[in-house]
Amino acid sequence: MALAKMKADATEARLVGLSLPDGAAWANAARADALARVRQMGLPTKRDEYWKYTDPVTLTTPDTPEAALFEGGEKLLFDAVDRVKIVFVDGVFDADASDDLTGEGVEIERLADVAAADIHWAKDIYGVLEARGQSPVERPLAALNTAMASDGVVIRATEKVSKPINLIYLHKDVSSDATLHNVVKVETGAEVTLLETGPAAARFSKCLEVEVADGGAFHHVRSQGRDHERRAVTHTFARIGAESTFKSFTLTFNGVLTRNECIIEISGDDAVAHVAGACVGDGRDFHHDDTVFITHDAVNCESRQVFKKVLRNGATGVFQGKILVKHGAQKTDGYQISQSLLLDEDSQFLAKPELEIYADDVACSHGSTSGAIDEDALFYLRSRGVPEKEATNLLTLSFLAEALEEIESEALADDLRDRLEGWLARHS
Amino acid sequence: MLKIKDLKVKLEEEDKQILKGVDLTIEPGSVHAIMGPNGSGKSTLSYVLSGKDGYEVTGGSAELEGDDLLDMDPEERAAVGLFLAFQYPVEIPGVGNMTFLRTAVNAQRKARGEEEMSAADFLKEIREKAKSLKIDAEMLKRPVNVGFSGGEKKRNEILQMAMLEPKMCILDETDSGLDVDAMKLVAEGVNALRSEGRSFLVITHYQRLLDHIQPDVVHIMADGKIVKSGGPELALDVENNGYADILAEVA
Repeated sequence: MALAKMKADATEARLVGLSLPDGAAWANAARADALARVRQMGLPTKRDEYWKYTDPVTLTTPDTPEAALFEGGEKLLFDAVDRVKIVFVDGVFDADASDDLTGEGVEIERLADVAAADIHWAKDIYGVLEARGQSPVERPLAALNTAMASDGVVIRATEKVSKPINLIYLHKDVSSDATLHNVVKVETGAEVTLLETGPAAARFSKCLEVEVADGGAFHHVRSQGRDHERRAVTHTFARIGAESTFKSFTLTFNGVLTRNECIIEISGDDAVAHVAGACVGDGRDFHHDDTVFITHDAVNCESRQVFKKVLRNGATGVFQGKILVKHGAQKTDGYQISQSLLLDEDSQFLAKPELEIYADDVACSHGSTSGAIDEDALFYLRSRGVPEKEATNLLTLSFLAEALEEIESEALADDLRDRLEGWLARHS
Repeated sequence: MLKIKDLKVKLEEEDKQILKGVDLTIEPGSVHAIMGPNGSGKSTLSYVLSGKDGYEVTGGSAELEGDDLLDMDPEERAAVGLFLAFQYPVEIPGVGNMTFLRTAVNAQRKARGEEEMSAADFLKEIREKAKSLKIDAEMLKRPVNVGFSGGEKKRNEILQMAMLEPKMCILDETDSGLDVDAMKLVAEGVNALRSEGRSFLVITHYQRLLDHIQPDVVHIMADGKIVKSGGPELALDVENNGYADILAEVA
């Protein structure tokens, strides 16, 4: 069916002035295919069911809305952690600020180099997982990313990699419009941790495609920067094999608009996939959307979705989470919880939890709650001498704890907790 | 120490008078007990003194060593030395017991303009005090009161009291839900804290707690007022004869 004219026109308006990066034949084909997907689907509007709670208009306009820089944001997260730093400034790789792209048991390359190579393993992942993730729900902004991205990193872990790889996204230009596309392949029995930190740009589109082979493990910890006016749309597409582990945690501060989509296909038996997120937002212009789609297509697998949102002064949080259990995916253990802590009556939380199950021997549960600070707990703390603000902050951190517990590394979790405490101190 | 004069309190949301003129003076170093039938206003008195929301003071005063308690936030009352051991200690998932106590100790010190306690000193002190209350390291690490048994929760209250070293301790039905051994342990904890500069107000239904924590003065509360005061023998009288005789006598 042809797209509605308005949608087609808006899509073409966005594409004017953009051109596909040039690379090797396979990369050019992947980009051209992705562009065709964009044209076929059209860019999203708030009239689309999947964007009912989040208006994508500022993510799709040809012009980039400006975003002021967060003051005091120069101190990097995870500075005490021994890691490989890869720096992007407004979406452009900064070789001088980055470490050597080497590591024990891991190959790290720039997407630009990979896409110029005539033969590369990334051919089987780049745009491939994204294309698979377009069904049953369309994600046109991910296809646009695949088509237009010229930078990013391509990582292949062949062993247990001890040093985390930290993609540091700095934002220095108030009107930058950045597109990055990263690819990760975790080989059989290998393990790697990917850290992503920083606001990245005034407007940021990011795609991450992850293939985890049998027995592999992928750990992902992300912190989206504190710039108040930044906008971001991110997609994580993962396909994971038998006895593999996929764990992703995202902490989001501020930002006028953040849409994080995570699409996971569990394709091998006995695998584990956890996706968690914590966000803190203050003010009417804060809008955060977590959209998750986990497909169980194997036996005896476990998935967890744990999302916690702290909202104040008219902030909005959205959660759309789905567990799809396919025919034959017996012994599936699926868990989904989305909760918001509303610190005043102006803030709102919109949740759409979904289960779709075609196997008969599964245990799936989901829950969603919205609530205020527990008055009894607050009084208990105050009666012990803890001042109201401090007590509220302590209870706010305790509310977020279940999501933060999804981070396996204590050192990483502690750093994020410190950041959260700083945020709470500034915003209470 | 604590001076309550003609304290009148109603529920904020309902036109219901709970305290109808309570007079009570507690000298430094003494232990007072308040007994009384259900609904007499005993717990309300403890909540109003510690500053819980939902009550409206319609008359009278309450002072702790000259400080007007009713004018202060709950945390300020704590900092001047008031402590309430809750009848139902609140569970706070996600906040470690140790973190909670250290935050409380240092917040009070800060409010009083004192130096904060170092992590090492705090650890040393809490370990000693926990040991005497048979609270193990595991319980200190767990989230506040989460998964604690009734007895563990009450011991945890006494541990907080021991760490915060308040001047005026109110125990609201600390014996409820405790077996005899647990009650003894709690009473020992309280007795260890008795000192010249510290007073106690023990609210209870039953005399048995007062076998272990011996009061200097016993008050009987009924219908929002203290209707009779006397020595420890008053508690025995209640135990043997119930409240009916006393209430008939003062009616």
